[in-house]
Amino acid sequence: MKLMAQNEGRTVPEQKKQTEFAVPEVNIFETKDGYVLEAEMPGVNKSGLEVTLEGTELTLVGHRPPTMPPGNAVFRESSSASFRRVFDLDPAIDTSKISAKMEQGILTLTLPKSEEVKPRRITVD
Amino acid sequence: MNSLLRWQRPGLGAWTGFGQLTDLRDEIDRLFESPLAALTRSSQLLSGWTPAIDLHEDKDNVYVKAELPGMKKEDIDVSLHEGMLSISGERKVENKVKDSQIYRAERFFGRFQRTVSLPSPVAIDRVKAQYTDGILTITLPKTEEAKPKQIDVNIS
Repeated sequence: MKLMAQNEGRTVPEQKKQTEFAVPEVNIFETKDGYVLEAEMPGVNKSGLEVTLEGTELTLVGHRPPTMPPGNAVFRESSSASFRRVFDLDPAIDTSKISAKMEQGILTLTLPKSEEVKPRRITVD
Repeated sequence: MNSLLRWQRPGLGAWTGFGQLTDLRDEIDRLFESPLAALTRSSQLLSGWTPAIDLHEDKDNVYVKAELPGMKKEDIDVSLHEGMLSISGERKVENKVKDSQIYRAERFFGRFQRTVSLPSPVAIDRVKAQYTDGILTITLPKTEEAKPKQIDVNIS
């Protein structure tokens, strides 16, 4: 069982679209000590971030202020929607040791595996 | 003059390695949720990362906003030439995670460039740029001649 990414709303029974959300792109790395997850959420800073954990389900929400530059739009490619993505975590992760950092629109989560799960040598007498 | 249109990675690109089946209906929903601009893809499929850009103007300034998360200021270049604004740079892969295995990789890395044509002449020496929370905001003041002026027309 690994860190699995699921589309938003799939594991949550309530109405899927109360507000429109954008899906942040992520990179996930795995080492023997744990996982590192980087999520791209431009325009989001610490105050707009909500990271919640329920059992093994991790929900990332990034709110960004819908402030637009002044004047009229000549063209727009960005969306002003907030970000949301839900993950089902590997049970090997020690959820009490998850740490988060937010910098220039990138959320970096470090999810260490719990000690018992790490590979270790067993000495033979 | 490449990438005037934004190329967006197709929404159906979910990495289905490890035997995980993605819900087809969810993928189709995602495709329809993405902004209309994303559907008009440039044919340069190999152009890689093309960050989203918004262009606004009022009577005094032209405003350009580009989404460039995870960059360092010094790796972003902004230049102006003959009424075209170019934003380019390189997002470097920092392998801060040692001995790691990539489980999922959706983020683009590498060089990017976007060029947009400005709707009005601007005063190059007064252009200001700021990079906060992964968003680059450029304010380009219009030249005096370019600002709309009120002209009284006498009708005889």
